[in-house]
Amino acid sequence: MAEVILNVNGGNNVVEVDPNSPLLYVLMDAYGLKGPKFGCGLAQCGACTVLMDGEPYRSCTLPVSEATGKIVTLEGLGTMDNPHPIQKAFIDEQALQCGFCASGPVLYGKAFIDKNPGATEGQIVEALNGILCRCHAHTRMVKALVRYAKEVKA
Amino acid sequence: MKTGMTPDALTALAGEGFSRRNFFKSAGALIVSFSMSGGLEKAQAQTATGFPTPTINAAQVDSWVAIASDESVTAYAGKCDFGQGFRTVQHQLVAEELGVPLARVKMIICDTAICPDQGVSSGSQGHPTQFGVGALRTALATAREALVKLASDQLGIPVDGLMVENGVVMSKTDRTKSISYGRLIGGKKINVALNTRATVKDPNAYTVLGTSVPRYDVPPKATGQFEYVHNIRLPAMIHGKVVRPPAVGAKVISVDESSVKSLPGNVKVIVRRDFVAVAADTQWEAMNAADALVVKWSAGDKLPNMETVYGDMRKMPSRDAYSVLAPDVDAKLKAASKVVKATYFHPFQMHGSLGTSCAVADVKGTGANTTATVWSASQGIYPQRDSLALILGTAKENIRCIFVEGSGCYGLNGVDSVAYDAAVISQVTGRAVRLQYSRRDEMTAAESFGPAYVIDLQAGVDEKGQMTAWDYQAWTFSKGNRPNATTPGNIFSGGLLGFAAPAIPPTTTPTIPTTFSNNANVAPPYGMGCVGGSCSSTGNVQAERILTKTIFSPFFTGPLRSPNRLQNTFANESFIDEVAAALGQDPVQYRVRHLTDSRLIDVLNGAARLAKWDTRPSPKPGNAKTGVVTGRGVSIVFYEGNNGYGGMVAEVTVDQSTGKVAVTKMFLSNDSGPVSNPDGLRNQMEGGAMQGMSRALFEEVRWDETSITSTDWRRFPVYKFGDVLPVIETVLIDRKDKEHMGAGETIITVVAGAIANAIFDATGARVRQVPFTPDRVLAALAERK
Repeated sequence: MAEVILNVNGGNNVVEVDPNSPLLYVLMDAYGLKGPKFGCGLAQCGACTVLMDGEPYRSCTLPVSEATGKIVTLEGLGTMDNPHPIQKAFIDEQALQCGFCASGPVLYGKAFIDKNPGATEGQIVEALNGILCRCHAHTRMVKALVRYAKEVKA
Repeated sequence: MKTGMTPDALTALAGEGFSRRNFFKSAGALIVSFSMSGGLEKAQAQTATGFPTPTINAAQVDSWVAIASDESVTAYAGKCDFGQGFRTVQHQLVAEELGVPLARVKMIICDTAICPDQGVSSGSQGHPTQFGVGALRTALATAREALVKLASDQLGIPVDGLMVENGVVMSKTDRTKSISYGRLIGGKKINVALNTRATVKDPNAYTVLGTSVPRYDVPPKATGQFEYVHNIRLPAMIHGKVVRPPAVGAKVISVDESSVKSLPGNVKVIVRRDFVAVAADTQWEAMNAADALVVKWSAGDKLPNMETVYGDMRKMPSRDAYSVLAPDVDAKLKAASKVVKATYFHPFQMHGSLGTSCAVADVKGTGANTTATVWSASQGIYPQRDSLALILGTAKENIRCIFVEGSGCYGLNGVDSVAYDAAVISQVTGRAVRLQYSRRDEMTAAESFGPAYVIDLQAGVDEKGQMTAWDYQAWTFSKGNRPNATTPGNIFSGGLLGFAAPAIPPTTTPTIPTTFSNNANVAPPYGMGCVGGSCSSTGNVQAERILTKTIFSPFFTGPLRSPNRLQNTFANESFIDEVAAALGQDPVQYRVRHLTDSRLIDVLNGAARLAKWDTRPSPKPGNAKTGVVTGRGVSIVFYEGNNGYGGMVAEVTVDQSTGKVAVTKMFLSNDSGPVSNPDGLRNQMEGGAMQGMSRALFEEVRWDETSITSTDWRRFPVYKFGDVLPVIETVLIDRKDKEHMGAGETIITVVAGAIANAIFDATGARVRQVPFTPDRVLAALAERK
């Protein structure tokens, strides 16, 4: 065990963990966060995605000792009362079914679109390459992301 | 304490044998079943209080609905929501039928201790059940009539002179003469039995149902606030991990507990028959311990050879049953001017939920005093409770199973197995336990696959092109199913714990039916379905012979979204297309010619119109035999022969040099009676179409001599972002004069057929084996004339 300093959703904390532990389990258990989820543990699906310094990372394979940047999870973007515009786009498009995958499309989408305002549908889909949704709500998610991209550009 | 119910609602339920109010007040009661977000932090450990749990009397209105003096309404139901939005629709039903504002309604669903036992939430039965006689709608209509009668007595106005608006009963002629539900009954029991003759609201008068109420669960899901079963944390809870047999059917020889002794996290080892698990303080510690634990296993079962299994199935012992057996099929085939034959192959497929299955269990006490509270995302918490009684060795009244939504499951994934596993670990360790499977556990040793099929079809056609005989013979696998009170062995973990999956004794002669049931869509919609002297299907082909041979499966099987209906419809809808092509007929017109059910014809024409269907035979004239070509195909279903109509047209491109198929457009039509929530229905149709496309193009469970080799998403590919994204258009046929039917499985059922037919239209090559991988498409292209 070792003491690791993490910056999660705007707060610095010292956490005592096995430094080899993937970040995901620390976020789920030590922080009690509900946004990042265990889907595969193999960085194959995207359900565990977090942003670190604005870049998407698969927290299920990222050792906590390497999580030295500013971590933002799905719940770090906005709240139900005051959702982030990308979350609002997902709500407005009713772009989820079970919603277990949400961290993948929302956070990969945000990271890409924020750097590429006005990105096209094709570019957005490519940026999400490999992310899974097993309810297969892809068409609505892409609509939501395109809506967000237009807002960012405007 | 926050319970999610108003004090008055709780009071209203007090004193009906078991008091929900007292239950919630009891020290340490944990209330999670109805908290979408933010409730768990406030929750405390479930103690042994609250047992034995009561039997909720579904014949009493008070078991379904409680009205508080603050006018809030709490309704209870045993039909759950797995991400389709049915929880929201149930809110709409309560508001509509009771005549109260939607914002006042709170739903509590699927908790064996407090909700009516409605069995399993499956089979696209949410609508048929809750809108049918004897369930939620009946309870609400009964309640409304009872309340109006009470108001009539208090206001001195005859019932006929009263109406309900926003939870207020008022005179039709003088709105000042009124009394609210809350003042009439708030905090008290309604105390009437369900009246199956209570007048339900006419769908033509719906104001809340039939509108696109946004789903309640989407905002918390989009903002990371939603409480999934995966997020439950109890005080002093430990984490389990299972250690599964490396080969199918392998048994435990020995477990070396010393192999994990030095690991951190207070590791415990749990062994019960062939069930092996570890538990530790954290997930990561449990994972490391599970990896390190040394277990000696026996060799497993001898698995069928995957490369030759479709041929081998024809020789395996089977239980044979006719669904239809007309005496003149052979004669009609002999007399036919043309006979068309084809064989179709469908693989084992898996649910492949995005999140692996998870459950939390808190088992206390020993022997007959054992009590258990189990949280899981099961579609069947009531049978789960009953089968857990056998596993834990206690009475079912000592078990409380609470549904909390998990990752979308689409049928029988690992949700019941993981509940068994968590409960056993908790029983052995005496601790509250959370268990979430690894990806490999989920895919290879937890869930119940959709079974493989081989389907032989032949049809006879007369000189005018009318089909005169339809002959279907199929071989399929089966092992287990959903568990019930006596069959925990129906699923993987029950098997490890020593409960056998029921055998499938082979038959010497096939059984013959006495009534027509098309529950598995084994018969085509083009047949008459003549059994026992009456004909009750949707087509005009009289001479049908439909025979299914079921073989005991090497793997557990179960109801994967559109179970068997999807495999059969792929074959039937591909085959009708082959017959139409053999006769040079347009695929839509040829179907219509053999249909007698106007609703099915409307669904077919609805999809065709949406797609601007070009009436002509397939294949498409003028397409080159090389390069990239496009085509379109159609497919329809009357789901289960009684539960929703669906149709689609798919447009594809086929790269004839690589064999790669891309679905570019899907046009969907659906008729499930009155539409409850148009946007929710579209969402189900779109997701069903996309998931069906994934299954048709990518999905196949693979295995070697000893083990499932589809262990992760690389080895079980599915549709993903980056693959060609089709354009989807939908048309809803809203039948307010008909019964409510299911809609969650209609569209997925027709996808593979529509795509196969579109590939044929584009290329003239017929793919008869799912999934339509590039090498199979190339092989079909090489075979075309």
